[in-house]
Amino acid sequence: MHFHKFEKIWLTFGIGALVLFLVILGYGAFYLGTHPQSHGLTIDPQNVEAHEAFKPENLGLTKVDEDRYIVNVVASAFNYDFGVDKEGNAVKHIEIPKGATVLFQVVTPDVIHGFNIAGTNVNMMVEPGYISSMEVEMNQPGEYTLLCNEYCGIGHHMMYTTVEVYE
Amino acid sequence: MALHNVVLPNEDSRQLLPIPKKEAKLYMSFMYVAFISLFIGGLMGLLQVLVRSGNFTLPFGIGYYQILTVHGVILALVLTTFFIIGFQFALMSKTVGMSDKQRNLSWLAFWIMTIGTIMTAITILLGKASVLYTFYAPLKAHPAFYIGLAFVIVGTWVAAFVNWRQLYLWKKKHPGEKSPLLAFMVTINMIMWFIASLGIAVAVLVQFIPWSLGYAETINVLVSRTLFWYFGHPLVYFWLLPAYMAWYAIIPKIIGGKLFSDSLARLSFVLFLFFSIPVGFHHQLTEPGIDPTWKFIQVVLTFMVIIPSLMTAFSLFATFEITGRRKGYGGLFGWFKHLPWKDVRFFAPFVGMLAFIPGGAGGIINASHQMNTLVHNTIWVTGHFHLTVATTVILTFFGITYWLIPHLTGRKLTKSVNRLGIIQTIVWGIGMLIMSGAMHIQGLLGGPRRSDYSEYGGTEQAVTWGAYQMAQAIGGTILFVGIILMVYIFIKLAFFSPKGDEEFPIAEEEENAEPTPMWMENWKLWVAITIALILFAYTIPFVDIIQNSPPGSVPFDWPIGNS
Repeated sequence: MHFHKFEKIWLTFGIGALVLFLVILGYGAFYLGTHPQSHGLTIDPQNVEAHEAFKPENLGLTKVDEDRYIVNVVASAFNYDFGVDKEGNAVKHIEIPKGATVLFQVVTPDVIHGFNIAGTNVNMMVEPGYISSMEVEMNQPGEYTLLCNEYCGIGHHMMYTTVEVYE
Repeated sequence: MALHNVVLPNEDSRQLLPIPKKEAKLYMSFMYVAFISLFIGGLMGLLQVLVRSGNFTLPFGIGYYQILTVHGVILALVLTTFFIIGFQFALMSKTVGMSDKQRNLSWLAFWIMTIGTIMTAITILLGKASVLYTFYAPLKAHPAFYIGLAFVIVGTWVAAFVNWRQLYLWKKKHPGEKSPLLAFMVTINMIMWFIASLGIAVAVLVQFIPWSLGYAETINVLVSRTLFWYFGHPLVYFWLLPAYMAWYAIIPKIIGGKLFSDSLARLSFVLFLFFSIPVGFHHQLTEPGIDPTWKFIQVVLTFMVIIPSLMTAFSLFATFEITGRRKGYGGLFGWFKHLPWKDVRFFAPFVGMLAFIPGGAGGIINASHQMNTLVHNTIWVTGHFHLTVATTVILTFFGITYWLIPHLTGRKLTKSVNRLGIIQTIVWGIGMLIMSGAMHIQGLLGGPRRSDYSEYGGTEQAVTWGAYQMAQAIGGTILFVGIILMVYIFIKLAFFSPKGDEEFPIAEEEENAEPTPMWMENWKLWVAITIALILFAYTIPFVDIIQNSPPGSVPFDWPIGNS
């Protein structure tokens, strides 16, 4: 089979760039640990409260250490359950200090949902049977929309809350 | 004189066959369904962008997600599949021929697909299947939705068997000869389609249908998603390869040139067969239940399609340049300026090729393991596939329509329809530039895909998205004008254009072309390598998924408005 000289140059350059690109991706994933979330932790979707993290009293934002937080959430059609505040009202807004390390843990008792803090790389599929989790540093102050970005039914677009990163 | 009647066996096998009336009717039937689908699906698209602009509410209690389901199913599954199967049948008929028995079986394929489509469509229209075209469990549609889809797939399998039989019989009649290029390409595409659609067939027949009928209490969600995406990525190559067929083997003829290289064209199709299927995980990168190492391995396999894509790009522009120079247009860009820009059969697919540059680049971003996290399920993705399938592929299909429809109906592509086609292409390009561009930007700003109009409680981010949704409404409206134009052109070409003979353009090889190596025809080897790659990419992670399965999911129909 005959390859034109220019085609050889073109393919050599193209494949070379491809290999370099893949090496960078692999370096990020395996050396820097930037894999997308994949912990494979399972849970009974019909009984998520059985898990310590998702008992009603453990939902929402918890400070575990200086600048370390955990956010446990039950995502269900069409609501994110962050637990209740002191007055017993559902929490619809969380505030995190800038620079804090936050571990998000999310489960669903019904259908598939998305969990995306818009404009950031906090972006997870939430599937029945699995705990989705991701640890991030929140470095950019501002108000973010946390929303469902996987279709979950007729109220899908009404499934949101807000997250504020303050200075 | 007598020599005139002597046909060398080699030439005979490359002779293009006429398409009999009886067959033309069959191929036109596929085209009717395709263009009806284009109109309905396009109308749904228009309604969607209008709703998302925030200034329009759907009448009669129609739900946004209902029309979104119609849009996805009818354009991504019905329009594409009917057009492709009809087009491929025409290619086979032209290059290797079709027997009466094969034609009858092809009608069977058509009717199975059509009945399936109608079943699915009725279920969606009754509001019983607003699950979108990906129908992710545990959202549960009415069983008729899944059964209809199964019919569509089985129908395509009948078509695949007919195509393979067509080539097999031709090869028996022409021993030792290489198969015609287009027949080779169709066969590759249908092998890929068949192997890939086994995944969705298993999901639908073994998981969804029994579960939706109540025979199975729960469904394994991750298994169903993995099977879906095992099918879902090759699906996009099933759309793309027929466009490549036109780019490689038809466009050169239209611009007055020859094939660049028969063997390289075949090689790139073989590579597409290898690397289209073992890659589905790159649609599942942000899922919790799949091992990240296997995600990465499939990401690497995904990127292998870049190699045949680079070959394709080179071969196209090489054809353009060689043809131009041969016509005497020198200079660095003289050959480019003198391409037949006023011939819509070339112009429409060319605009499609241009769209594939940003489309392909966006695809690389989407599949990039960790980078995917930034764009996953944002409307960036919607912007991406409106460039690839809804511009590159569809403009090439339109480019085919301009000659295929009159060829089949015994009419001519007139100057005025040609001009209208050029306008259609420009309208499409502008509409898509605005709509897809706005989707890409809004996606980078975090705007979600697949969502009804929402102000998200009036957050600052949601306010900035509003402007882009307005731009999408403008672009989408322009695109709908493009659809009206195209449907008008189709009707004109099918029923009203003047009678005549429209050419079925198929490019020939150069006189002195290097012979194509016969190992290209090693079908068993190609299928074996394809299966080996699939087994490599999927066996271990799939066993892992099953062994570490959580309890299954019961069906949920109330979230989609059923109960």
